Amino acid sequence: MPRSLPRFPDAPAALADDFERDLHTEHQVLNMGPSHPATHGTVKFLIELDGETIVNLDIQVGYLHRGFEKECESGTWYQAIPYTDRLNYNSAVLANIGYCMAVEKLLGIETPERCQWLRAMSGELSRVADHLTRCGAACLELAAMTPFLYGIEARELTWDLLEMLCGARVTSNYIRIGGVKHGMPADFPATAKDFIARIRKLLADFDKVVTSNRIFVDRLQGTGVISKEDCIRYAVTGPILRSAGVGLDLRKAEPYLTYDQIDFDVPVGTVGDNYDRYLVCVEEMHQSLRIIEQCLAKLDKLGPGPVNVLDPRVRWPAKGRVFNRMEELIQHFKSVTEGPRVPAGEGYLAIESANGELGFYLVSDGSAVPVKVRCRPPSFVNLQPMPLMLRGALLADLIPTFDFINMIGGECDR
Amino acid sequence: MQDFGSPALQQLIAQLRDAVQQTHAYRGDATALVEAARVENVLCFLRDELDFDMLTDLTAVDYLGEKPRFEVVYHLYSTRANQRVRIKARVAEEAPEIASATSLFASADWMEREVYDLYGIRFAGHPDLRRILLYDEFEGYPLRKDYPKERRQPLVGPRN
Repeated sequence: MPRSLPRFPDAPAALADDFERDLHTEHQVLNMGPSHPATHGTVKFLIELDGETIVNLDIQVGYLHRGFEKECESGTWYQAIPYTDRLNYNSAVLANIGYCMAVEKLLGIETPERCQWLRAMSGELSRVADHLTRCGAACLELAAMTPFLYGIEARELTWDLLEMLCGARVTSNYIRIGGVKHGMPADFPATAKDFIARIRKLLADFDKVVTSNRIFVDRLQGTGVISKEDCIRYAVTGPILRSAGVGLDLRKAEPYLTYDQIDFDVPVGTVGDNYDRYLVCVEEMHQSLRIIEQCLAKLDKLGPGPVNVLDPRVRWPAKGRVFNRMEELIQHFKSVTEGPRVPAGEGYLAIESANGELGFYLVSDGSAVPVKVRCRPPSFVNLQPMPLMLRGALLADLIPTFDFINMIGGECDR
Repeated sequence: MQDFGSPALQQLIAQLRDAVQQTHAYRGDATALVEAARVENVLCFLRDELDFDMLTDLTAVDYLGEKPRFEVVYHLYSTRANQRVRIKARVAEEAPEIASATSLFASADWMEREVYDLYGIRFAGHPDLRRILLYDEFEGYPLRKDYPKERRQPLVGPRN
């Protein structure tokens, strides 16, 4: 520490001395979170700072750990579905789809065509909601309130549509093993068309306020950069991988449901920074709206039909028959109290969720209770290379980078 | 030992025959059970020779009552060939330890910490093996089948 600072500028000897002295400096460790107003998600950062430059970053996750896997492994196969709603609560339907399709894979069930189109449609609605939250909340955390409200208004429309479809806005619990809860109501297609037009209008408004906004561009361009090689090393998937220039989308790479019959494009970035991630997400929303329109057209063409597989292992008998016939009553009782028995074996099924590869690895010993329900969470895996994206960056860059990684506590911590 | 039409299994059986104990392709998932001591060898072969560049998932399963008790499960994906393969290795209860894959795949870091956290399987050579989802004072490994779901944990005061 300086002991005797020169009181006057005309004291050259002492000044030179001070400049030459090796001053003691040390890095500052800043604790951010677990509940911080500029992050949407419960996560704690221990940031080692040199001035405002990030030297090192330790991410501590787990604040939302509820024991998802343990709960799933102590109930029946059906009882896990509501838990999957609470993984990524922005896009619950996608997690429902992933889990149910994994169980169907073990059961060897093929779902009816109508159900697959309904699943694809509800899943894309969920994806739009997820991307809207990501982009809207990123604006909010960069101190722009208006675009956030546009985004949330559009998200509200997608949630209204999901509510029409399954009765709940957020925790949809819509997908069933071997089908969906029920088909869509009669007025759904007309409302959906109207809402899609309104969502497009809101996206255009959002675009006008944000995409070429000087402050937004300056905060996003060139921040949080990750190369495609690093993405692959860290198994990063979803919009982050695509923004880095790898056009990997499981809907194209391993087409599930009816995605092989749907016409849509996969946007790919070039730089791998936050701005590319934003552009990729916006384009994916437009593509998802296109997919929803195609699903609606196809469902209209298919006409009424079964949305559930007629397999007594997973399908409950119709209520009228349960009330009037002995065999169906017994079957209903067994289905409710025991649930389906899944043949012994293991299976991994991955779908493209809004954040990337959402996989379920299930192991069954042939009983009605799963041995293992592993959820491969894209948020958890995508969050891991965050120190790499931020080393040497400014502290302020942490906010947009974290926003566009879109870590969702429920899914990351399970 | 069959390869079930999977090029990865075929190569694995041809090149590392002594490390592979069993193969299956139940529901179309190419799977190889390999010797735990050779797992690093197998993963390295898959990455360098067969182009499986992404370790998408790493987890464990507790088969309580069987010997060896635990099974560590690796899911690999090749971004160029668009192929998947599953590698499994059995780990004994008495010495639950297996070689870390962090030197081969960066993504293994957090996933191995999670397996250590929830199953108590140690990964030799992991640079920073500490709990990740739970806190340091947590007693036991909750995803083990002999850990009761209702067990209470001691209260932990604030830390500095």
